[in-house]
Amino acid sequence: MCAIASISDNFSSPSPTSQVQVLNINWFRNKPDGDDEVSMTMNISADLQSLFTWNTKQVFVFLAAEYETPQNSLNQVSLWDGIIPAKEHAKFYIHTTNKYRFVDQGSNLRGRDFNLTLHWHVMPKTGKMFADKIVMTGFYLPQSYR
Amino acid sequence: MIVTSALIIWKGLMCITGSESPVVVVLSGSMEPGFKRGDILFLHMSKEPIRAGEIVVFNVDGREIPIVHRVIKVHEHEDGEVDVLTKGDNNFGDDRLLYAQGQMWLQRHHIMGRAVG
Repeated sequence: MCAIASISDNFSSPSPTSQVQVLNINWFRNKPDGDDEVSMTMNISADLQSLFTWNTKQVFVFLAAEYETPQNSLNQVSLWDGIIPAKEHAKFYIHTTNKYRFVDQGSNLRGRDFNLTLHWHVMPKTGKMFADKIVMTGFYLPQSYR
Repeated sequence: MIVTSALIIWKGLMCITGSESPVVVVLSGSMEPGFKRGDILFLHMSKEPIRAGEIVVFNVDGREIPIVHRVIKVHEHEDGEVDVLTKGDNNFGDDRLLYAQGQMWLQRHHIMGRAVG
């Protein structure tokens, strides 16, 4: 049954869309333990309705800041996440500060450019989970703390 | 005869999925509504790097029971070593409270597998 469900899911071709705006950098500092941290307010909007099929239990969606630093070849920091239990809730627009702390391993964030990537993980009622993402580029942090 | 076949299937699954424990049962409600207590998960451990969003099964040093949570932060170093932070979808805070004393991150060797379905 798992196999049949997964195979039928392969036939759907979803076309989700998303847009994120960083409205404000609320504060940006170097913490006493040496790591940089930034707080920002964003508008996140997306239409993930096309991901839902008869076999979809929920869609887990999260927005991650992704960037590179001299010491780490990849950093992925989840800033916000949500669970979409049904198709009716899959088209949304939210105005929020980052739900999870945006903290670097080190003090490499000044002037850093980063991508904001909206990831989604589709959890089926039965069968294989699948995931994908939309990468939005062009964001950057201030040159100095504030 | 039945026990032997079950053992062969189990070992076969271990081989194919590359995981120590290819099937696990969900024990807590920390991943609801996605996974409920009693749900069975299939695991697979490939050499692919660990990325945010993946659901992983890990053991904390000194604890018997594996935990199934989602990766929310990844810091990958130049040499390929990775520091990972996890959190249950239904939990308010991340898993640092569950890790061993003084432990801030999980590394690859803590992770037994990824949930695939």
